[in-house]
Amino acid sequence: MENNVLIEMRNIRKTFPGVVALDNAQLTLHRGEIHALMGENGAGKSTIIKCLTGVYERDAGEVYMDGVEGNIWNHSTMDAQNIGIATVYQEVNLCPNLSVAENLFIGRAPTGRFGAVDWKTMNRKAQKIMDDLDIQVDVTRNLENYSIAIQQMVAIARAVDMDCRVLILDEPTSSLDDKEVEKLFRLMRQLRDKGVGILFVTHFLEQVYEVCDRITVMRNGQFVGDYTVAELPRVKLVAAMLGKDFDDLAAIKQEGTGKEKGEVLVECKNMSHKGTIKPFDFVIRKGEVVGLTGLLGSGRSEMVRCIYGADRSQTGTETMGGKEVHIRQPLDAIKLGMGYLPDDRKAEGCIADLSVKENIMLALQARQGIFHRVSEAKQNEIADRYIKELSIKTPSRETPISQLSGGNQQKVILARWLATDPEFLILDEPTRGIDIGTKTEIQKKVIELAGKGMSVVFISSELEEMLRTCSRLYVMRDGANVGQITDENGPITQEEVMSAIAGGDSHEK
Amino acid sequence: MKSKWKALTRQQLFLPIFSLIVVLLINLVKDPGFFQIGLQNGVLYGRLIDILNRGSEIAILAVGQTLVVAVSAGTDISVGSVMSLTACGTCMMLAGYGNNSVTELAVPMGVGICFGLLLAFLCGCMNGALVAKLKIQPMVATLILYTGARAIGLVLCNNQITYIRYEPYKYFGNFLPGCPIPTPIFIAAAVIALMALFLKKTALGLYIQSVGINSRASRISGINADMICFWCYAICGLCAGIAGIIASSRIYSADSNNIGLNYEMDAILAVALGGNSLGGGKFNLSGSIVGAYTIQAITTTLLAMGVSTDQAPVVKAIIVIAIVVVQAPAFKQMLANRAARRSAAGKEAVG
Repeated sequence: MENNVLIEMRNIRKTFPGVVALDNAQLTLHRGEIHALMGENGAGKSTIIKCLTGVYERDAGEVYMDGVEGNIWNHSTMDAQNIGIATVYQEVNLCPNLSVAENLFIGRAPTGRFGAVDWKTMNRKAQKIMDDLDIQVDVTRNLENYSIAIQQMVAIARAVDMDCRVLILDEPTSSLDDKEVEKLFRLMRQLRDKGVGILFVTHFLEQVYEVCDRITVMRNGQFVGDYTVAELPRVKLVAAMLGKDFDDLAAIKQEGTGKEKGEVLVECKNMSHKGTIKPFDFVIRKGEVVGLTGLLGSGRSEMVRCIYGADRSQTGTETMGGKEVHIRQPLDAIKLGMGYLPDDRKAEGCIADLSVKENIMLALQARQGIFHRVSEAKQNEIADRYIKELSIKTPSRETPISQLSGGNQQKVILARWLATDPEFLILDEPTRGIDIGTKTEIQKKVIELAGKGMSVVFISSELEEMLRTCSRLYVMRDGANVGQITDENGPITQEEVMSAIAGGDSHEK
Repeated sequence: MKSKWKALTRQQLFLPIFSLIVVLLINLVKDPGFFQIGLQNGVLYGRLIDILNRGSEIAILAVGQTLVVAVSAGTDISVGSVMSLTACGTCMMLAGYGNNSVTELAVPMGVGICFGLLLAFLCGCMNGALVAKLKIQPMVATLILYTGARAIGLVLCNNQITYIRYEPYKYFGNFLPGCPIPTPIFIAAAVIALMALFLKKTALGLYIQSVGINSRASRISGINADMICFWCYAICGLCAGIAGIIASSRIYSADSNNIGLNYEMDAILAVALGGNSLGGGKFNLSGSIVGAYTIQAITTTLLAMGVSTDQAPVVKAIIVIAIVVVQAPAFKQMLANRAARRSAAGKEAVG
C-alpha cells in the first residue's frame, strides 16, 4: 500500500494578502483510486489543486510525486502537464469552434513534411482514442456540436492521451444530467482500473458514494481527515464538512422562538425550472421566517429564484394571499410585494458605479414605473433613513456603492428591498463574506421584520445562523426539496438538520 | 483657491469645455474677426453661427448615441445611413415615386416628413430588437443598416437625386422667413431640451445607467432591461431621422450617397469627447453636446483656414487624438506621477 502513493502533499500553506487560504493542508492520492476532495465553499479545495498544478506557488510545505520532491513541476501548469498531472475544470477549457480531433491534438498535432499538419493521421489517431474510451463521436465535427458531457470527456481523453497519471476533475458534473454523469463515471472507473489516480471535486454527496474510494475533507483551509468511503457515512461527512463534532451538537442551545401561525401568504405547488430545480412545494405564512438548508448546489438558490421569477417556473402554480399569480419576470414579483436579495452580490446585487442613494432607490423606482420618478427630496429622505436605520457606513449618500465594504454594500441592497416595503422577502446568503458584527445586525433585523408581519425566506450556509433565525427549515438535496423540519416538537437541533441534509444512510448514524 | 480649482478640473465637463474653448481661441488668434456676427440680407452670419448651425446634426445624433452607448456599451453605426434613408423616404413621398424634381408636393409636407421619421424609427426598432432581444453585438447589429439603409434609400429614390424645389421644405435646413437665426439651431435646441427634460422628469436616466452598468442586477431589481435597451436604440433611430430631415432640407433634395456620410463616426466621437465612457454606464448628455460642437468647430476652423477638404481629416485626426489623450485616465496618472517625482526631487535638492 505504502509504495502505491502517487501524490503526497504535506503541510501546505498558502496565503493571499490578508487571507490564509491554506494552512497545514495535506492530501494523499494513490494509484488507481478515485479520491473525493470535499469541503464547503472557501474550504480551500481549489487552492490546494492550484498549488498542485502550478497555478499558484505555495508558501510552504512539500509535494511529492512517486516519492520525489516536486520542485520541478509545481512552478508552472506546463510542467505539471508534462509530468502527467492533468486538470479538467467545470467550464470546459477547450475551443468549441475547432473539431474534436483538433482539440485532442492542439499544440502537438502530428506534422508531415514542411511542418504542415498531417490531418489524416491526426483524425485517425483521434478516432482511435475516442473509440478506445467508448465515446461515440465524429472527430472531424466541431466540438460545439456535442453536449457538455461529451466535451468534458474530450477534455479527459486529451489528458489521458497525454499519458496523464493524475487526473483532477474540478466539479465536472455540475452541469450534467443523470445519464451523462453515468457515462462520465464509467470513463472514470475505466481510467482508475488502468492505474490513474483521479482527484474528484464535487458538491453532490450521492456521486461521492457512487464512484469514489476515498475522501479527503477540508475546512477553512485545513485538512480535516482522510477516510475510506466505508468508514465515513454521509452524516459524518456532512458534520466533517460543516465543522461540528457530531456528539456535541445536541448540546448547542438555540435561541429561535416558535411563532404563532399566521395565515398562508405564499404557496407554491409543483413548481420547477428545467435543469436547475426539480418540482417542489413551498408554503410560507405571514410573519414566518423559513430557512432553506442544504449544501451548496443543492438547489436552495434555484428554488427561490423560481418563486421570485428570476428564473421562470415551467410547471406548477403559485398563489399569494390565496390568489393565483403568474410571475413572468422579477418586476411582476415586486409589484406583488416580493423582494429578493440574491446570493451573488457583485453580479446581481450592486450597480457598481451608481451611488448608495441610487442603489437604494432602484427597486422602489422600478415598482413605481419609469414615468413616476421619485422626487429628489423623497429620494434623499429614503436614502438617509435607511443609512441611519441599518447604520450603513458611507461617507455620503452620493458615494458610489463600489467604494463601500462588502457588509455595507449588502446593507444597501437590503435597504433597496426594505424601501419597497415588501410582504415577502427572500434573503439568499445575506451574511456571506461579511464581518461578524454586521452578520448579527442582519439576523436581528430579520427577526424584527418578521415580528412586524413580514414573511422572510432565509438561506445561509451557516447552520447556527439558520437555527437562530428560522422557525421552520426546508431541506434541499441534489436539486430537490426533500422535506422540512419544524420546531413544533421543541427546538430544531443541528443534528436533525445534518441528518436530513445527508439523507440516504443517515438513519444508520 | 487651489482646492476650488482642483474641484473644477475634476468635473467631467471640465475637459470637454476646455477643449472647445481652446479650439475657439486658436481661431481667434488666427482670425480676429472670428467672433464677429453680422447681419446680412436679414439673417445672421459669422463663424460662431456657422458652427452652431452646421453642428446641429451631430448634436442631435449625439443625443441618441449617448443613450445607446450608456445602455449597451456599444455604438449605433447605422445613424449616418439612416439619415440618408430618412431623406430619401421623405423626398420620395413628397415628390411621388419616380419623379426626380418637383415644385409641387405630391402629399402634404407633414405626411412626407412623418413617413421619413417613421422609417428612421423603425430602423432604430430593428437595431434595438437585434441588440436587446437577440443579444447581437451592437456593432454587428447596426452594421446591417449601416450598409443597407443607404441602399434602400437609393431604391426608394429610383437611383437618382430627388429635388424638392418647394420653398417651405427648405425652412428646416435654412431660415424661416423673417427669422435671422438658422432653423437647425432651433431644432437641435428643441431635441436637446426635450431629452434633458425627459431625463430629469422620468427615471429613464437611472434605468439606462443601471442597465448599462449591470443588466442582471437591474433585472432582479425589477427593471425590464431588454425593453430599456430597445427604446434607447429606437430613440437613437428617431434622432437620426430628425438629423436626416435637416440635412436633406439644407440641399432641398435627397442625395442618397452623400447625406449623413461618416456622421456616425462624428456622433460616436462626440460622445467620447464629452468624457463619456464607451464602456457604458454613467453618462452625461451635456458632455456629448459639447463634444458635438467641438467637432464642428474643428471642421469649420480648418475650412476657414483654407485647409482643403481632402486634407482636413488629417488635421482633425491630430486634434482629436490630442483631446482624447488629454482626457485619458492613464495620461492623467502619468502626469500626476511626474509631478510627484518632480516635487520629491525638488525637496531633495532643497534638503
